[in-house]
Amino acid sequence: MLWKRAVHEYIYFLQKMKRYYEEGDEEKKPPEQAPVEDQEPAEEVTKAIEMTPPPSNLSHRNKPKNQLISGAKDPFPGSASVTKELLSKYERPGKVKLVRNMCAQRFKSLEEKVQTAVGLTARHEVLLPEEDGYLEADEGQDTWTITQQDIAEAVDITSGSKHFNLVLPQFGPYSINYAGNGRSLLLGGRRGHVAAIDWQSKNLNCEMNVMETVNDVRWLHTQSMYAVAQLRWLHIYDSNGVELHCIKKFNDVLRMEFLRYHFLLATCSSTGFLQYLDVSVGKEVVATNVKAGRLGVMCQNPYNAVIHLGHSNGTVSLWSPSMKEPLVKMLCHRGAVRSLSVDKTGMYMASSGLDKKLTIFDIRTFRPLHSARLPLGAGTLCHSQKGLLAAGTGDVVQVYKDTRIAAPKTPYLCLSAKAPIHGLQFCPFEDVLGIGHGGGFTSMIVPGAGEANFDAMECNPYESRKQQREWEVKALLEKIPAELITLDPTKLGEVDTATLEQKQREQKERLGLDPNEKERFNPRRRLKGKSSSANLLKRKKKVGHERQRVSMSVQERKAKQQEIKEGQASPGPKSTLDRFKK
Amino acid sequence: MKVKVLCRNPDDYVRETKKDLPRVPRNYDPSLHPFEVPREYTRALNATKLERVFAKPFVASLDGHRDGINCMAKHPRSLSTILSGACDGEVKIWNLVKRECTRTVQAHDGFVRGLCVRFCGNSFFTVGDDKTVKQWRMASPGYGEKEEPIHTILGKTVFTGVDHHWKDGVFATCGQQVDIWDEQRSSPMRSFTWGVDSISSVKFNPVETHVLASCASDRNIVLYDMRQAAPLKKVILEMRTNTICWNPMEAFVFTAANENYNLYTYDMRNLGTALKVHMDHVSAVLDVDYSPTGKEFVSASFDKSIRIFPVEQGYSREVYHTKRMQHVICVKWSSDNKYILSGSDEMNIRLWKANASEKLGLLAPREREALRYNDKLKEKFQHHPQIRRISRHRHLPKSIFSQIKEQRIMRAARRKKDLNRRKHSKPDSVPFTSQKKKHTVAVVE
Repeated sequence: MLWKRAVHEYIYFLQKMKRYYEEGDEEKKPPEQAPVEDQEPAEEVTKAIEMTPPPSNLSHRNKPKNQLISGAKDPFPGSASVTKELLSKYERPGKVKLVRNMCAQRFKSLEEKVQTAVGLTARHEVLLPEEDGYLEADEGQDTWTITQQDIAEAVDITSGSKHFNLVLPQFGPYSINYAGNGRSLLLGGRRGHVAAIDWQSKNLNCEMNVMETVNDVRWLHTQSMYAVAQLRWLHIYDSNGVELHCIKKFNDVLRMEFLRYHFLLATCSSTGFLQYLDVSVGKEVVATNVKAGRLGVMCQNPYNAVIHLGHSNGTVSLWSPSMKEPLVKMLCHRGAVRSLSVDKTGMYMASSGLDKKLTIFDIRTFRPLHSARLPLGAGTLCHSQKGLLAAGTGDVVQVYKDTRIAAPKTPYLCLSAKAPIHGLQFCPFEDVLGIGHGGGFTSMIVPGAGEANFDAMECNPYESRKQQREWEVKALLEKIPAELITLDPTKLGEVDTATLEQKQREQKERLGLDPNEKERFNPRRRLKGKSSSANLLKRKKKVGHERQRVSMSVQERKAKQQEIKEGQASPGPKSTLDRFKK
Repeated sequence: MKVKVLCRNPDDYVRETKKDLPRVPRNYDPSLHPFEVPREYTRALNATKLERVFAKPFVASLDGHRDGINCMAKHPRSLSTILSGACDGEVKIWNLVKRECTRTVQAHDGFVRGLCVRFCGNSFFTVGDDKTVKQWRMASPGYGEKEEPIHTILGKTVFTGVDHHWKDGVFATCGQQVDIWDEQRSSPMRSFTWGVDSISSVKFNPVETHVLASCASDRNIVLYDMRQAAPLKKVILEMRTNTICWNPMEAFVFTAANENYNLYTYDMRNLGTALKVHMDHVSAVLDVDYSPTGKEFVSASFDKSIRIFPVEQGYSREVYHTKRMQHVICVKWSSDNKYILSGSDEMNIRLWKANASEKLGLLAPREREALRYNDKLKEKFQHHPQIRRISRHRHLPKSIFSQIKEQRIMRAARRKKDLNRRKHSKPDSVPFTSQKKKHTVAVVE
């Protein structure tokens, strides 16, 4: 028995080892031909090829395309197979559904081209050099019990050095910001300490004390400029700490977000204004009075650049610079909203409130997916590129995995910062979570947090000075206008068809009357005593029922006509003996 | 515990030496490229703006003629050669590369009415007001030799146009009648007449080489088959047609340049309806020539401008004009599909780019790729209002601009009148006629 089982296992192993090019051959072969113990898969391939009839004296015209003159055969014929899931990853939404006879062929060929491109990009994935990080605990162990020291010891020295502490007890708590490519780190202590460091080499680029409260810090599009929201005004400094601008139109700023594709710095202030600064020309784009009191909670949706604001009455409002009203207003919590974060795909929003709940919302439907109660409630939230969610609860940072699938219950990783947590951000393209807290800064290793393979055309952590300059010019050239910030950024590429409502409105304008309007029944006034309000309502209802019946009968008539038509199609009149027909 | 943390070796991402190209690793995951559509839109907008910035179509002006240019001819074998005939009887051969005149022939007394080059490119024919047809050698005479034609044929009447067969040694002239000549003989092989009129232009079909068409001053366009004794059929339009041009790719299709400011594209098989009416000129259209691809044609007009029309569209995609250019008499599209030549009243031949914003000369591969990408983007977003507005914007001389406005008002008034007439008469007594049929008076078989 044991022997048989071993054989089975080996066969299973061989089947698993099968390559993609063998899949096509599988159907031809009967199951008995499954590889036996001593048969090697390579031999099997040759067999499968031999089974196909050898090319006879075909003329050149009849010769298959891929055949070589030498007679050599392509061991991997056709293009590599890809799974549907992989293809769907690269497919863009908004396929053209509008197909008329005239342009059907054009759309078809266009669609074919798009599919080819999708196939090619999906196949390119095997060429990506790096693999995502991961952390797997031993049996019976939970991953959250693993300490940073354990991880730092287990991994290589370079990765281990990514866990470090900066002890800065004087000027905390610290808000932090990583640059777009994850190289530089900006620290802003509440009591005025601002520092920019290259966190990997631990080089200090600039350090200063602005002698004023610092509410937030944010890198602009390059590592040569950053914005600091100070007690009164918004200041912009360069990489050496030289003050470039003091923008007095932006006062009492509490939080900032930089929309890097739009070159907009969105700020929200304690006076209740949401303002947008175009950093490429230095002009205020729009200032909106949110009319919801002090605005201390803000985050951006990286998918569509919509700004999410959390309010003290538990609502979250979504803003775009082209609208004076919120795009969406949703009630998320019973108490005030403490923190917000939207993941990279723009589908899920995590929010935490004073009711100590951490709720995951689906922003496509604006409905909560799941919710969990955290003992202290999360004061700060942050999503990583791979969808991990970090929550700062009191002194402890908890990182959750797969929050879109299940409610965040047991954390993936935990770390106590030993001081109240103020700022959290995952470092882009690295497995690192930066924690700004009352005692300084802590860099935490979170395996599987960052995107492994970056695209150098978007942001390149290893870019040279020249590449950086070139990128800046290109990025400025394709700066997206602020008016294009909408909930669905793909709308711009779709066909704009008139809705039924629009068509009816146009028809109404054209004709001067509404042909679809139903005449409202106005009950005639009758003699005294017969026109009581109950009577009127009764008469109205009667007419309503009558109309409904008429419309029903129309449907019935249609159904009857349909029946008659079908009856005509079947030959001969029906008789009782028809049922015996075969 | 199993753990892996992202750790990249910088050597894989940074170039080894300063002489290497910088490394650019790519990842085509759409989630790494957010705002795909808005960014493409912005790129398309930039590309459209740049296209208008770089739209400088005028290349050169060839001056040397001492009277208005009356006719031009392309050389079938040499891209750089062009022939032009002027109103003072002079024919000049130009080298377009050097932009200079290589040879001058005093061909006729009075106008050079027609000019065409033999398909082999060794000789050319001219007809003039002095009732002669002359054949000239393309090569200039040797030292000491006199500038003399190979053959001279003296006709009975004035010739107004000439065209050569595309394959055989046969040519056609027009005047009072259409004559088909054998090159070896001094009398016509065949003469076609249909009523009494003066025929202004005759053209051989480049594909169906036996078929030719002519247009006459009694408003008709007549089709002939060289093998038959009588003309095939004719179509009578509302106003006179000045010239016609056959589509070089579609054998049945020709375009007629009409006095009523329009151009009409006809299918030879169905002359009752035009395939397309091309409107945009604000004065009589004097000449038309197809691009070698058969997708577009260029027209010259009395309104001092030339316009480029796509064959399937009713309105022009491009208009060229300069301050100094007067009434454009003749126009040619070069055989490499890149240039347009226009000859005008004020004695100049102008060389234009067929695609106004095209960069001349050799393109680097990356540049070519970028231009192609931009073209595709422009095509993708062409219907967006902002992009369409920018790409359609043209500066026009005041005269043309005001005349366009005037025409628009006139057209609207006519339409209104039509509507009113329809409204106040018996139903169906005022029929709807499409623009394509409106201008055709009759078709005679």
